[in-house]
Amino acid sequence: MKNLFSLAVMSGILNTMVSLATPFLYAALGETIAQSAGVVNLGVDGIMLLSAFAAFYVALTTGSLWLGLLAAAIVGLLMGLLMSFVSVTLKAEQGVSGIGLYMFGLGMSSLLFKILIGTVKTVQGFPPVAIPFLGDIPILGPILFRNAVPVYGAFLLVPLVWWMLEKTTLGLRIKSVGQNPAAADSLGISVDRIRYFSVCLGSTLAGIAGASLSICLLNLFQDNLTAGQGFIAVALVYFGGWNPIGVMGGAILFSVVNSLQLWMQVLGVKIPSSVAVMLPYLLTIAALTITVNRMRQPAALNKPFERGEN
Amino acid sequence: MKRSLLIALVLVVAIAAAVTAAPFRIAVVMPSATTDMAFSQSMWSALQTVQKEMGGASALDLKFSENMYNVPDAAAAVRDYASQGFDIVIAHGSQYGSSVQEIAKDFPNVTFAWGTDVNTFGLPNVYAYTAAAEQGGYVNGVLAAKLTKSRKIGVTGPVEVGDAKTYIDGFLQGVQSVDKSITISKTWTGSFSDVALMTAAAKTHIASGADVLTGSSQSVVGSIGAAKDKGSVLWFGTQADQASLASALVVASQVYDWTGMLRDIIAKHKAGVLGGTQYTLTLANAGLKIV
Repeated sequence: MKNLFSLAVMSGILNTMVSLATPFLYAALGETIAQSAGVVNLGVDGIMLLSAFAAFYVALTTGSLWLGLLAAAIVGLLMGLLMSFVSVTLKAEQGVSGIGLYMFGLGMSSLLFKILIGTVKTVQGFPPVAIPFLGDIPILGPILFRNAVPVYGAFLLVPLVWWMLEKTTLGLRIKSVGQNPAAADSLGISVDRIRYFSVCLGSTLAGIAGASLSICLLNLFQDNLTAGQGFIAVALVYFGGWNPIGVMGGAILFSVVNSLQLWMQVLGVKIPSSVAVMLPYLLTIAALTITVNRMRQPAALNKPFERGEN
Repeated sequence: MKRSLLIALVLVVAIAAAVTAAPFRIAVVMPSATTDMAFSQSMWSALQTVQKEMGGASALDLKFSENMYNVPDAAAAVRDYASQGFDIVIAHGSQYGSSVQEIAKDFPNVTFAWGTDVNTFGLPNVYAYTAAAEQGGYVNGVLAAKLTKSRKIGVTGPVEVGDAKTYIDGFLQGVQSVDKSITISKTWTGSFSDVALMTAAAKTHIASGADVLTGSSQSVVGSIGAAKDKGSVLWFGTQADQASLASALVVASQVYDWTGMLRDIIAKHKAGVLGGTQYTLTLANAGLKIV
């Protein structure tokens, strides 16, 4: 084993981790908000795909990355509206409507890509921005403080979402709707409105997750660009016990192990590549079975609310 | 007597004209998109070239099903095309072999072509095709060995099978023929579509000091994206010409050119030969080109 634990390799692993974790953070934090209000949105991957395409297409045609990011957020919001309409207003089975949304996003993004772009192209994505002073810290500086703006955004979102859910009236309402919608309703909180808000906010973040792939980290669009990352993001919400900080822990763990296995392959550590690529998944499942605290799960998760029924 | 002969002759000509007026029909089923800059695109652009040569859509009717990474779906599509009366159905993926073997028996008048593989299953209406990817791999390897300054070369790929593996084997031999002391590290991501992981793999190679990268298969665009970010890294491509992604970085691409094989299969089909042989693209028969 060639110096897998050398400083250069360690910082390389952390560096890759930061970029791998970014889309997971946006998508999983968004899903945390939606699930806190009692709605499981399995359409995250589809939202990411269509938004990734929107961001890429707008950035490619207008040359503006910020417009691309905005387009992704709008597409995410619209898909969130669709998801809320189907699952909150029409009270459809959440799992099924989420899968429907995923299929829609997957198919639509491929179709639009074929019609509007046709072949693989690249854009110049968000450039790294060094934060003064902090960026000059040896070793950790370049890893943590010389990244693109959307990467900082993802990590800043963690305390922000935590604060919103734990410390604000809005967060209390979201959680009460997720725990006991009948009680919330009796106190004059509009369950439907809070659920619409949470799903739409979560989906907007999923949209930004898609954009972070297509115009910040990979700088291209291809059919099925996310390759299932949205589903991993949903799993990370369970992993993190519906707590933004736990979700971040899961995203970091998954990304670190993924980047570790790539380094092991590059350094020629003698394990079969098929075992190496399984590592992040194995470890996540193992950690999931050990750490998950079902007590924290929103009691009304996956249950449509009908006034007077409960 | 003469008149009836003349009438018969006119009839034959008329029938022949009617028959040839209907376009020749080819359908292709592919595991990734026609725009993947790699395996599927190489076949799709070859078909389009042949279509142009034959005189456009009125002479050659082309249909495709893409992103058929799910084999049962692909098998259903192959059967569908065969039953719709396509003259030739191409199953463009080594994972489709057993489906072709089964379906071809049910449609003895349809030509099936599949690859990359060499097995025609002894069926008279099946062609198999493959590419001697190691040849171009060797050429790329020799060039790569001459160009690397850090003496480290990174190889990325999805899984270690098929022409992805032979290309890389050829590449390694090419590098070693120049200098045995050059370090080559390989990563496999286990997925044909995970661009994010493929990009991370390429960045890992670059971070470990590699200044020349190569790799095969669809998600290779991610690696090129990573190489483009770094600027000073060189890329060797395979399957299709990848220069349009980053012209300054792509040194050479080994291109699969299936047009010669397609022309041959079409001509044979018109002559009544539906299959039974196997094609290999090589540098010698111009099926492989370095661009």
